[in-house]
Amino acid sequence: MAAQTFQPIPPRPAPVNTEGPLAWIRANLFGNWMTSVGTVVLGALLLWIVPQLLSWALFRAAWAPNADACRLDGVGACWGVVAEKYRLITFGRYPFEEQWRPLVATVLMVGLLVASCARPFWKPWLALVWVAVLGTFFTIMFGGVLGLSRVETDRWGGLPLTILLASLSMAMAFPIALVVALGRRSNLPAIRSACTVYVELIRGVPLISVLFMASFMFPLFMPQGFSIDVLIRVLVGITLFAAAYMAEVIRGGLQAIPKGQIEAAATLGLSYWQTQRKIVLPQALAIVVPGIMNGFISTFKDTSLVTIVSLYELTGAMGLALNSDADWRPFKIEGYLFIASIYFIFCFSMSRYSHWVEKQVNRSKLR
Amino acid sequence: MTGRTPPKKKPFSWRSQAFRGLLYQIIAIVAIGLAIWFLAHNTATNMRVRGIQSGFDFLSSAAGFDIGESLYPFDSGEPYWRAFLVGLTNTLRVAVVGIILTTMLGTLIGVGRFSRNALVRGVCTTYIELFRNIPILLQLLMWYLLFTELLPESTAPIVAGPFFLSKGGLNFPIPVWALGHWWAAAGLLGGVLAAWIYRGRAVRHFERTGQPRSLFWVPVAIVLACGFLGWLLGGAPTVLDSPRQGEFAIEHGGALTPEFLSVLLGLTMYTAAFVAEVVRGGIQSVARGQGEAASALGLSQGQTMRLVMLPQALRVIIPPMTNQYLNLTKNSSLAVAIGYPDVVSIANTAINQTGRAVECISVIMLVYLSTSLATSILMNWYNARAAIKER
Repeated sequence: MAAQTFQPIPPRPAPVNTEGPLAWIRANLFGNWMTSVGTVVLGALLLWIVPQLLSWALFRAAWAPNADACRLDGVGACWGVVAEKYRLITFGRYPFEEQWRPLVATVLMVGLLVASCARPFWKPWLALVWVAVLGTFFTIMFGGVLGLSRVETDRWGGLPLTILLASLSMAMAFPIALVVALGRRSNLPAIRSACTVYVELIRGVPLISVLFMASFMFPLFMPQGFSIDVLIRVLVGITLFAAAYMAEVIRGGLQAIPKGQIEAAATLGLSYWQTQRKIVLPQALAIVVPGIMNGFISTFKDTSLVTIVSLYELTGAMGLALNSDADWRPFKIEGYLFIASIYFIFCFSMSRYSHWVEKQVNRSKLR
Repeated sequence: MTGRTPPKKKPFSWRSQAFRGLLYQIIAIVAIGLAIWFLAHNTATNMRVRGIQSGFDFLSSAAGFDIGESLYPFDSGEPYWRAFLVGLTNTLRVAVVGIILTTMLGTLIGVGRFSRNALVRGVCTTYIELFRNIPILLQLLMWYLLFTELLPESTAPIVAGPFFLSKGGLNFPIPVWALGHWWAAAGLLGGVLAAWIYRGRAVRHFERTGQPRSLFWVPVAIVLACGFLGWLLGGAPTVLDSPRQGEFAIEHGGALTPEFLSVLLGLTMYTAAFVAEVVRGGIQSVARGQGEAASALGLSQGQTMRLVMLPQALRVIIPPMTNQYLNLTKNSSLAVAIGYPDVVSIANTAINQTGRAVECISVIMLVYLSTSLATSILMNWYNARAAIKER
């Protein structure tokens, strides 16, 4: 009997690599023939557009604040317009020598907003900090005390006004929205229908009509000889508008609380307000933080509409800076791109934050 | 054992919940009533003191201003209510076209985010983040600037076949209206009717025998064929009114103004970013197993999408989609910033001319409230059709 020699079967080929950049490209760009065609077509399109865009925006751009340099042939974007006009665009008609004041106020306000986003600051005293910072903001901007000269609100403008309108109207809208949301779920028909009418009425009309109302009709609403500043009127308008939308967001959170929670609270003998304060709201508000954040983003974008009722926030200040200057008016598109990027930075970081909060809130649901 | 009798219920006691509720409501109603009375009283006094006229009688007096574009002829001698009507049609025109375009673009981008191609995914994500994080007003202003400053003069337009693009807007050929077009329209209508009948029969056939018949391509073919037949019967009119280069401007053909184009493009591109997110959320909400089960049953990819995924995704998509449509309609009011004569723009002019702010603003609010209500009713009806049929 012949000794059987060991005959190894041929080894299997190494598995197809599923990690690393090469495998990623194979899976995501050239997975099948349709994907490959898409990649080639889209890639060619991008290769055609992106270099042109970059060349216009960066390589051929004129950076010096010199209108004549921008008019030369072959010059791309004229960022000189930003270099020349950035003070007017960011601070509007605020007196030139005093512009450190809106700068300080804005930095304070943005600092407060950023701090409010961080978990260690989610304490009851944050409300007090808000009041304090808002007070400081108004003192610095308005002046009239501490040797600061007085600057009337019609000279306020630019980024500080945008941030003020957005954050103050949201802060004021929150308590209103809370009450209205509770009211819409109340058992008392009169209160429920009043809240429903308010929410549906506001949500059915565009913000611009509310702003027109604030600008044309509020003066008629006030008693004789009593006038309110246009800034306050517009703030009230935006607040009432934002509150209706926020009320719906909060109502969504309230509806997500199972009925058993409320019944259990009633069994324990808690009153209506005790139930809301200790049982329902803490759970509901945690759910709606991302929704409120989205509301803040839309309010931030919506502040651009106050331009139409002649308040010169960022968009309005930009028009103000360039419309009256024949030298620089042809380069308005660069100016628009500049303020668009400011809006984008604010809104994008807020939406990233909102995503993060959503993950934090849902963490308990993940296994 | 003597039981304690429960304390007698007093109807008007602070301890009775019903009584407290009643009291709260009375307080609320009185407070709201007082506030309204206060505002109305002040308004009336202020208007009397300042000598402001009130009432809607101005609607029938001559408007005295021209309107840049309208679907039907309007001149400055016509009354205000006609001017408002022109504004309303302009608003509805831009809103309806915008809703259709934004649905298509948004769905495309939303589905694109699930693409197997990373490049497509990247482009879609960039689009969404870019367009929804910049205020719509700014986008409208930028589009308008693009159309009015950066395009060539109308004496040297960009020509693409029969299309002319310049500072004067977009000019395009339109068919010269002839009797034959009525025939074609009648044919299309007949085709829709025939397709409806075919659909009913096909569904009954399927329920009886279990054999499916095409419910998309055959009806589409029927409608198109009937329309074509009508067009042939009407004598096949083919005369087109094409735009031509005139001495100062482009003449003939149909035209869209730069204002209309900016509003339309701005609203469409902005809202499409939100619609894309809605569509993505809807598709994501359908459980993964549904698609896997469908392919296990042997359904093709198209059938899986059409019969399994979409009907379930639609339930999630429709309510937020309604909101986006309403947002688009309401955002069309920003047309006032670039001079497109929508209803807000007309009302703004009317306020400046007549000083009747209260009346004009109520007209604006009425228009948007009724539009919102009509859209909600329509979409609720559609939603009820798409909803889960439960007991």
